[in-house]
Order: sequence, then C-alpha cells, then structure tokens
Amino acid sequence: MKEKTLNFIEPETSVKVLKVTGQKSSRKRILDMGLTPGTRVEVIRRAPLGDPVEFKLKGYNLSLRKKEAETVLVEIIE
Amino acid sequence: MTEKITVALAGNPNVGKTSIFNAITGSKQHVGNWPGVTVERKMGKRKHKDIEMQIVDLPGTYSLTAYSLDEIIARDFIIEEKPDIVVQVIDATNLERNLYLTTQLMELGTKLIIALNMTDLALAKGDSIEVQKMQEFLEVPVISTIGSRGGGIEDLLDSITEEIHRTRTNENVFVYDGEIEKSADELGNVLADDPYYSHYPSRWFSMKLLEGDENIIKKAKESGNYPQIRKILQRTDADSFEAKIADQRYKTIQTMLRQVCNINTDHLSGSDMVDRVVTNKYLGIPIFLSLMWAAFEVTFTFATPFMNIIDIFFGWLAETASDVITISWLASLVGDGMIAGVGSVLIFLPNILLLFFMISLMEDSGYMSRAAFIMDKVMSKIGLHGKSFIPLIMGFGCNVPAIMATRTIEDSRDRLITILIAPFVSCGARLPVYVLLAGAFFGRDAGIVIFGLYALGIFVALISAKLMRSTIVKGEDTPFIMELPSYKIPTLKGSILHMWERGKIYLKKAGGIILIGVVGIWLLASIPAPGSGGTFASEEIYGTTDSMIGFIGQIIEPLVAPLGFDWKIAVALMFGVVAKEIVVGSMGVLYGVGDNEDSLTEILAAGAMTPLAGLGLMVFTLLYVPCFACIGVIKRETGSWKWTVFQLLYGTGLAWIFAFVLYQVGSRIGLFA
Repeated sequence: MKEKTLNFIEPETSVKVLKVTGQKSSRKRILDMGLTPGTRVEVIRRAPLGDPVEFKLKGYNLSLRKKEAETVLVEIIE
Repeated sequence: MTEKITVALAGNPNVGKTSIFNAITGSKQHVGNWPGVTVERKMGKRKHKDIEMQIVDLPGTYSLTAYSLDEIIARDFIIEEKPDIVVQVIDATNLERNLYLTTQLMELGTKLIIALNMTDLALAKGDSIEVQKMQEFLEVPVISTIGSRGGGIEDLLDSITEEIHRTRTNENVFVYDGEIEKSADELGNVLADDPYYSHYPSRWFSMKLLEGDENIIKKAKESGNYPQIRKILQRTDADSFEAKIADQRYKTIQTMLRQVCNINTDHLSGSDMVDRVVTNKYLGIPIFLSLMWAAFEVTFTFATPFMNIIDIFFGWLAETASDVITISWLASLVGDGMIAGVGSVLIFLPNILLLFFMISLMEDSGYMSRAAFIMDKVMSKIGLHGKSFIPLIMGFGCNVPAIMATRTIEDSRDRLITILIAPFVSCGARLPVYVLLAGAFFGRDAGIVIFGLYALGIFVALISAKLMRSTIVKGEDTPFIMELPSYKIPTLKGSILHMWERGKIYLKKAGGIILIGVVGIWLLASIPAPGSGGTFASEEIYGTTDSMIGFIGQIIEPLVAPLGFDWKIAVALMFGVVAKEIVVGSMGVLYGVGDNEDSLTEILAAGAMTPLAGLGLMVFTLLYVPCFACIGVIKRETGSWKWTVFQLLYGTGLAWIFAFVLYQVGSRIGLFA
C-alpha cells in the first residue's frame, strides 16, 4: 500500500481517497465536495504558479490549495 | 381570492440558478441584503394560475453545514421562515455532487421540487437521464429546464402550483446504516418529548447532532433535555459519523444514478480542452494578463467618451442654471452644489456598467474561477483568495467599480479586507494631481516619481491586507476549496441584466451619500467665515479664506504644518474628497491663478511649496480619505458605517504618517533641497 497525501501526487495520476484529516471545518467541506473514502480522484494539473492544484472527481473539476490537499490521505490506483 | 406563497430557490453555485430566477421573475426583482450581513438577497414576484409567488433566491451552496455564512443563511431561511416550497436547481451535467444538497434539503422536511437544469448540455455531452424514474426514486417532482432559454419554466410553475396543495413527507428517502439510524431514532425520541424542538425538523436535527454540527449542538444545549442528548452523543464518535454520513449520502446517490441515468464518462469535454490552454503552465498567465488588459481597456477607455459627454452636459447645465437664476446664492447652490453633485454621481456610471458587463461575461463563462485558480498563489501570500485579484486590478481605473466588484468574492472576511484595501490602489483620478505636482517639482524625473506612487499604493494595500488579516479581521483561514465549473457561453440578456442591476444599486444606494457630500462641501465653501463679513454663496468668497472651508483650513493648519503643508493645501485636500482630481483645480483657485494649470505649475516651481512637501502632498493624496463616491460604495458594500469610518481614519492616518516621516526626515537630510 502506497499511502500518500494528495498534495504529493503528480498530475495525470489517479488515486483513491482513504481518509480526510485536518480541522473540522475544512474536513467537513472537503467531504461535502465528495472526497469521501473510496472516491476516485484524478490529479489534473497544478496552477501555473504551482499552487493550487486541480482535480477531477465525480464528473466535475475541483481545486484545492496544497495545504488542503495535504489533509487528504490517498493511495495510487495502479 | 389569490393565494400567496413563498418559493425559495436553492442550489449549488454555477448551476444556472440566476437564469432560472430571471426567467421566473423577469424584471420584477428586488436586490437587497440578508438582514445584518453583506450577503446579497434577491427577491422577485410571479403570478401563476391565480397564485401569487414570492420568489426568494437563496445563496448558492454545496451543502447545509454551519461553516459558511451562505449555508447558514440558506438553512436558517428554510427552517425559520418556512417557505411553502423549495425549488432546488440542479446541473444535469453534474448530478452526483448536486444531489448531495438534495439529501440535506429532504432531511429538512421541506416540500421540494427539483429543476433539472441544463438538460440540453447533458444531452449534448451524451448523457441520458430518465426523469420519470428519478422522480419515483426521490419521491419529489423533477422538471427539466433550460434556464438560459427559459425552457421548462411554465412546467416548473405548474408543478409548484400542484405541489403546494399536496402533502408528502420525504424525510426518510435517504436511509443510513444501522448504527447511525439507531442513534438518530433515539435522538428523535428525546427530541419529540420536548416542545422546544418542535420548531425544527426532527430527523434533520438528529442527523446534525450526529454530525457534530456546532451550531445545532449550541441550540440543543439550551434545552432541558440536553443531558439525555449528550448521553446518546457520547456513545457515538462524531468524527467517524461525519465521514460515514457524507459517504452514505453519496453511496445512495450513486445507487440511484446507476438506475436512472447513463453518464458518458469517456467524453473529453470542450471545457477540458479549453482548460489545457487557458490554465496551461506557460500560457495561463499571459492569457490571464491579456484578458485583464482587455477588460481594463473596455471599462476605462470605452467609458471615456460617455464620461466626457456627462461632464460636458452637467457643466453646461450648471452654467445655464447660473445664468437663468438671478438670485446669486441660489444660482450657486443649484449650479455648483446640486447639478455638480448629480454630475459627480453619474460620471461613474459608464465605468460601473462596462466593468460589470465584463465581469458578468467572465463569471457566466466560468473564466472567473480560472482567474482565481491562476492568481491564488500570489493572493494567498497576503491571506486573501485568488478572487480578490480582479477587483484590485480594476482599482487602477477607478476604485468605485472595483469595490463593487468584490461581490464576486464569496468569503465575507476576504471580501471585507479587499474592500478596505482597494482605495489604496491608485485610481485614474489621482493621476492629474501627480502629473501636475511631479511635473512642477521633478521635471524629467516625473515619470519615476509617478511610478513610485503607484508602487507605494500597491505596497500599502498588500501590507494592510496582511495586517488586517492578523488583527481586526481575524479568524481561521477559509479553506480554499473551489469548483472549476465547465465553460458556458454567457447570454447577452443575462449580462445586460446583471450590469443594469449593479448600475441601479450604485445610483440608489451610493448616489445619496455622494450627493450629500458634494453639497456639504459646497456649503462649507459658500458660508462666510465668522467675522469675514462676506455674503453667503457669493463668487468672491467661494472657497477662499473668507469662507467656512478656508476658515477650517486655517484652524487645522497646525495639523498639516508638520507635513510641510499650509492652509491652502488643507483646503484643497478637503475639496479633494469630492473627487481627487479637484485637488488641482482648488489649488489653482487658492493660489490665485484660476484654472490655468500652467501658471499653477510656475507658481509652485517658483517656490510656493518645496519639492519635498510636493512629494508629501502626492503621497497624502494617494492614501487619505477616498472620494465621496468611494465612501458611498464602501458603506453600501460593507453595510456598515463602522467599517467605512475605519477605512477613512486608517487611510488618513497612514497618509499623515507617511507624509510626516517623509517631510521631517527629508528636510533633515536635505532631500531634494
């Protein structure tokens, strides 16, 4: 198992969400946006200045700062 | 008799809720604020089949937790005001995430209708949705709509009128796993015993308690039954329940979606292709800057001829009025006071309309989120959101539309800080002051001086943002969680409506303050100073030592003397609050050269003021009290005199300190001597 936090995942990689940590308010929002355990997330690209990062999940595109992405524990889908 | 009902429109952001609202209410809408906050509230009316509907547009939200102001407003409205029906607008191309809000609306036990919007786009993408099946599954009416073209609106209104007399409960469509349901039942029983809770939908209240919603726990603590509630909650693990509840809501949605629709996932959307270019590592920033430049040019260059026409027209009108009215003080009041006042309100209208037209194109097309995505790294350094960048840039043209443009920032604290720092971005009206003074004192180096002033403005804005973020507008950082919606073609009708709405708000809400300010300054310049023996509003005393404003200028001279300014400068600065460029004209009058700028330059260069004091005056003009129009929109947009006065004192305080240090240190080390 290669557990990593979402901020370390390179673009064009697909991952599966394992757990969302972090402060309650941001954790709840991240869960509400659909990053629930088991969800498949594709890392699309980093912003031109390196942060934030764009993801695709549940058929839509979402961006998180690396700081928020750091609270999402994932594993890479081979 | 006609029946009156309230219909609330709910939905995620970017789902076309506004276009549905516009299609239902047409021009019969009223834009205001939710009580006590700066979040905008739109209401409208529509009569359908003898039923008079009051339509309330709730803030766009992804969920109904208590973590954002928008969500609290939306859920409190549904719970406290009990609208007769809630219509949730859903983006048909993005069902899964949209239906998450549906699960929460259902738990609130409100009557619900779903407007399945943008069905044309879903079809084009290759998705097929069986509306009938979806309706059976959710047990609420589902109506297909195409808001941008007004499609399906009649069906939606029919459905509202039918549904209003039907009774159904759909609180229990979404069922959770055994453990959660068991705890929810137990809580439900406790709640049922206490009339204190009868106000709240019991299942929703139980679920929120299990999720650990702080707002709801606080409410529960007020009840006598709280010890029993706490006992149940102590057995549960709120953190894991929270994740489980979110997870199971999504699982139920997925189960339903597998049965009711076929989503084409292979499809590389047009949006994805556009984004490959627009947010590209190398092209993203140049494209963003070009678009900003274009928006800036359209807003400020296209507006110039219209502004000139307004200027010339009101100038002519004021003169004509003065000629026609024979009583001289009345002529001056009407001409210099009232007509000039109305003119100074209207002069900003072309800027505001054009900027909001451009902003609406950027927002409706989906580009605004990309702009925020691209610029966020820069803005996050000063504790702001990527969306703060555009209003600040627009400030270089004019701070008034810039402050109004902060409406695009969702987080209320980010928005407040952006409003408070926007006036430090040097606007076009300050340029004539720099050109005159820098030209008079610094000759060939004028360009560098002017550039330095713009840089100083940006520097002060950035430092102030950082400072405010860590002091007066504290609070934990809002997490940056932003959807990048798919691109859409904006409609001309939508953009024009948006532009017109903003223009109306400006005239109605800010216009009065501007007018009062301008007339107030006219009065000060026209009332004879005590003991001067001048005649009220005569041309001889207007704005001179013999007028009240001159009198005040002399009184406050000791305050500005340490900056190297005399009373004439103090008076010119007071006039500058009407509009900053007036500082120049007033100085001309006070130094006795009339409106002739060349002779003013000569007088200044000949030693009426030292170059150091001149530089100080430019710095002061940059930072002190913004113009009345700006004050008017700060009041309108923050909704608070407290913050408006804070901005004025903070800016003027900074202006004083900068000019003071510059003059005192500068004259000691012999700068520009």
